[in-house]
Amino acid sequence: MTTKTSYVSKSVEKLKPSGIRKFFDLAAGMEGVISLGVGEPDFVTSWTVREAAILSLEQGYTSYTANAGLFDLRKRIADYMNSRYQLTYDPAHEIIVTVGASQALDISLRALVDQGDEVIIVEPGFVSYVPLVELAGGVAVTVKTKPENGFNLTAEELEAAITDKTKAVLLCSPNNPTGSVLEKDDLIELAEVIKRHDLAVLSDEIYSELAYDADHVSIASLEGMRDRTIVINGFSKGFAMTGWRLGYICAPVEIAQALLKIHQYAMMCASTPAQFAAIEALDKGMEDVTEMKRSYRHRRHYFVDSLNEIGLECHTPGGAFYAFPSIRKTGLSSEEFAEKLLLEEKVAVVPGNVFGKGGEGFIRCSYASSMEQLQEAVKRLKRFVENHSN
Amino acid sequence: MQLRDWELDLLRVLQKDSRLTYEDLSKMLQVTKEEVEETVTRMEKDHILVRYNSVVDWSKVEGHEGVTAMIDVKVAPKRGVGFDEVAQRIYRYKEVKSVYLMSGAYDLSVTVEGRTMNEVANFVSDKLSTIDSVLSTTTHFQLKKYKHDGTIFGDYEEDKRIVVSP
Ligand SMILES: Cc1ncc(COP(=O)(O)O)c(C=O)c1O
Repeated sequence: MTTKTSYVSKSVEKLKPSGIRKFFDLAAGMEGVISLGVGEPDFVTSWTVREAAILSLEQGYTSYTANAGLFDLRKRIADYMNSRYQLTYDPAHEIIVTVGASQALDISLRALVDQGDEVIIVEPGFVSYVPLVELAGGVAVTVKTKPENGFNLTAEELEAAITDKTKAVLLCSPNNPTGSVLEKDDLIELAEVIKRHDLAVLSDEIYSELAYDADHVSIASLEGMRDRTIVINGFSKGFAMTGWRLGYICAPVEIAQALLKIHQYAMMCASTPAQFAAIEALDKGMEDVTEMKRSYRHRRHYFVDSLNEIGLECHTPGGAFYAFPSIRKTGLSSEEFAEKLLLEEKVAVVPGNVFGKGGEGFIRCSYASSMEQLQEAVKRLKRFVENHSN
Repeated sequence: MQLRDWELDLLRVLQKDSRLTYEDLSKMLQVTKEEVEETVTRMEKDHILVRYNSVVDWSKVEGHEGVTAMIDVKVAPKRGVGFDEVAQRIYRYKEVKSVYLMSGAYDLSVTVEGRTMNEVANFVSDKLSTIDSVLSTTTHFQLKKYKHDGTIFGDYEEDKRIVVSP
């Protein structure tokens, strides 16, 4: 009998485990850790939203919903997209409710990419992008963005990365991990290049509610962009609903119907109680969103100013809840920095290189923590930087 | 008084945590330390910032005794001064923690704190009900405090997030 080396597919075998996992394992066993390593709100979902899910269960709504999601929810999403981002989508045919933005990304890439197609990805960027492109059979072409441009992709950088194999561009604004925001003028320039090369756009707007200095602009709302753009959003970040696993896709009818085919076979539909909760979130939750955003904004200012004061140079992130300071001053690599900081000072951060090579020399710190915790973290970081600068 | 955006934010932030330093506040609100200091001083003078409070859960402190009662008071309003005069007479007592004019079944809602039930009872019978225009009182003793001034009492919910996540 011959022995197989592995039953696992080559495409999966090739995937690297997430660098975040490693730091999770390292920090998990330690006590007294102040965590700036979390990519989620420190608020609990609003009570009214939680209560709506409980009520739906009490009333016995425990079966599948339509593949694309409860029609009531899709209608609310359509209204929300319209009033917040000036985008019109038909709730019957152009909106799909998904299991988080994560599943939305997965099926969007599978729907767009043929074997060997190139997808342009901004680096530093969210950890799932490259693996998801590769799992879909595509080739991830990463473009390193620069701190002096606020980690924003410029039209020239985009243009330079395009080949005749390029199928799509994946944009994320506000960005995880850098907090950078593509403002309207930036988007217009990018859109020109995208239209000239007839590319599709995947726009991950999961942090759209958390843009602090200027209103969020969706690239799909620019002229000539709607029909080539898949907008991905969800409830995780803005509505503090990460555990509910609820996101959605808005796309022109042809693409949306293609996406729905994958979604219906792979997932059937998103969780029913979560969908009822999401209806309540859109109906009654906006005030809480405003309140949470205000609180993040204050903490952002405090934390970013403090980082700069202790010599960890940091641009002011326009959105999300991450600061992405440079650690160059210490001469340590981002992994060394994060590991030593955890062991010596018990502060957990995420090394920048897990978000791609473009993140080397930086660390990601989430400021979605109480002011008390942030103040203590600043104290410890200061001591750490003093001990490690030459 | 018309306040600027950052001044409103200052009030919101201080209301949640009055122990923040001028320096921290200046960073949070992106104004200079001097501006924060000046504005706080002005708001204190204008009685917008009235007091910095600590919220204490006395039920956790061993040996601490105390009772709180909320008393519904019916009042015959006086010509010319309405309810104001009697409200003033009531709130001057140090046992009285708050006085509100209410619509509905009674007129004033008075919160009284004492060391014992007896002490509160004596206050009601000797002081409160003997005031000329007080027609009747209904006393409710508080049994347990669940939430006070926007703060939930009891054990704080801990952070349920895992330490590192995407
Ligand atoms: C940029 C980005 N996109 C998508 C996601 C996934 O969000 P969801 O919880 O909706 O799956 C995250 C979560 O960290 C993220 O940071």
